[in-house]
Amino acid sequence: MRRNLGVHTILIASALAMVAPFVWQVITSLKTLSSATSVPPSLLPEGRWDNYSRVFDVIPFGHQFLNTVLMAGLRTIGQVLFCSMAAYAFARLRFPGRNVLFGVLLSVLMVPPQLFIIPQYQIMSSLGWLNSLQALVVPGLFSAFGVFLLRQFFLGLPRELEEAAAIDGAGPVRIYWSIVLPLARPGLIALSLLVLLWSWNDLFWPLVVNTDPDKMTLSAGLASLQGQFQTDYPVLMAGSLLASLPIIAIFTVLQRQFIQGIATTGTKG
Amino acid sequence: MAQRGRVKEALWGYAFIAPTGLGIAIFYLWPVLQTAYFSLTEWGAFGGHTWTGLDNYRRLASDPEVGRSLVNTLTYTGLGLVSIPLAIGFAVLLNRKGMRFVGLYRTLFFLPVITMPVAIAMVWRWLYNGDYGLINYLLSLIGIDGPNWVADPATALYALVVVGVWASVGYNLIIFLAGLQAIPKEYYEAAEIDGAGPARQFFHVTLPLLSPTAFFVSVVSVIGSLQLFDLVYVMAGSGAAARANPAFPRLQTVVQLFYDRAFVTNDRGYAAAIVMMLLLLIVVLTAVQFRFQKRWVHYA
Repeated sequence: MRRNLGVHTILIASALAMVAPFVWQVITSLKTLSSATSVPPSLLPEGRWDNYSRVFDVIPFGHQFLNTVLMAGLRTIGQVLFCSMAAYAFARLRFPGRNVLFGVLLSVLMVPPQLFIIPQYQIMSSLGWLNSLQALVVPGLFSAFGVFLLRQFFLGLPRELEEAAAIDGAGPVRIYWSIVLPLARPGLIALSLLVLLWSWNDLFWPLVVNTDPDKMTLSAGLASLQGQFQTDYPVLMAGSLLASLPIIAIFTVLQRQFIQGIATTGTKG
Repeated sequence: MAQRGRVKEALWGYAFIAPTGLGIAIFYLWPVLQTAYFSLTEWGAFGGHTWTGLDNYRRLASDPEVGRSLVNTLTYTGLGLVSIPLAIGFAVLLNRKGMRFVGLYRTLFFLPVITMPVAIAMVWRWLYNGDYGLINYLLSLIGIDGPNWVADPATALYALVVVGVWASVGYNLIIFLAGLQAIPKEYYEAAEIDGAGPARQFFHVTLPLLSPTAFFVSVVSVIGSLQLFDLVYVMAGSGAAARANPAFPRLQTVVQLFYDRAFVTNDRGYAAAIVMMLLLLIVVLTAVQFRFQKRWVHYA
């Protein structure tokens, strides 16, 4: 017991170091600019809730929030559907060239994403999609990682149910839809949460394709806010808190699945 | 009959992979080839490009900004590996028998992992502020006059490493916890019977059995660190604002330089050469890690 006391001391100190920046963010977001920049700083919040409404004045926060929700949501739905279809084929159906195609897919997994970006930008530009929702969503509908993750998961599912269904005359579509997908729910949830998290937090691609403030996502919008209002830290803190809060809330509710997703897949740095 | 069944199955197979296959071919595979090609061209002001062979690569070799960003990126990557022993330490503490509040600790350590990197960079920039920042205030209480962390060339990169480690410990912790939980209890029971104390158990059971996980985390962390962008973009700024920061030469990373050349100065051929260099760097460093794993990774 006494040994555990020492352990808890270390853990509590470290956990405080993890949380302190967020606490300071909340405190600052509730101060006036002048008290936020007073020396010595006061460690108490002040109840300046108008900093939060001012976020909506300095950037089109509502638009950007909606863009982020749509981008993250549509990418998630798309990836779960398309990746699960491909993963099912790779895990369960036999067709010539299957191994070669899967090998090609794996090779995409190893290429750093920056290598795709200039040509992807060219495609968006030539389609006239710059500053549009399509630009944010479409390339993110497809993912080698998602196929890889779900294939691993599908390979672990028992085959008996599928075989029974096949004997009863069910075709691949039926087996995929009414047997494999329901069985694979934990895998699908893990992938959804990872795609949701990465999309919500993504900066590079949204920054590049959508430069019109109304079409930006929250991460890019906030980054632009930083440039314009360098000194207004209370508003910056309020804005960045508002932007990260939804994903933190989702994580808090679905913690177990999130952690399972990361622990079992581990990939992506 | 069986023949027709097999053809049907194959057709369904192609149908199922078609959406992802086409999407990946158009948005991922073809772009890699194009980037490789672009790296051998020079771009005019209006988007046309001309073949220039290896010119961009020659330029890379003698560009001081490339050299600096490489040194910064490699330093950040190397120092960032501190996150691994830290995460192992925390994971071992959390994995102790009868530990309470494990879920709570895990959540708190995980908070930086899920928070938007842009938001994280803003909070830390504020903490690091030379005049009003909390860190310098706390230092002043013990009589230390702190620098202007991210605007001081002497400290900027290290300040960035601290944020990187802080933000990644929780992620690695989760993976190590999963690794620890996969170690069979019998090993510890056997070690205990042999009279091994906690320290011996850690070095002779835990670490060797955790080494494949550590190897995996190390490979993934290095690849991730080499692509550092978000934190630098927000903490150093970009374009004119960034160049006004005296510490910018110590903060610029390879991907930040790529962003600048590709989308700020529209020097896309050169930018393509920069990411080809990044690809090479990732391949080499990953290969080196695979080569050296025999020395320290034990597969049970």
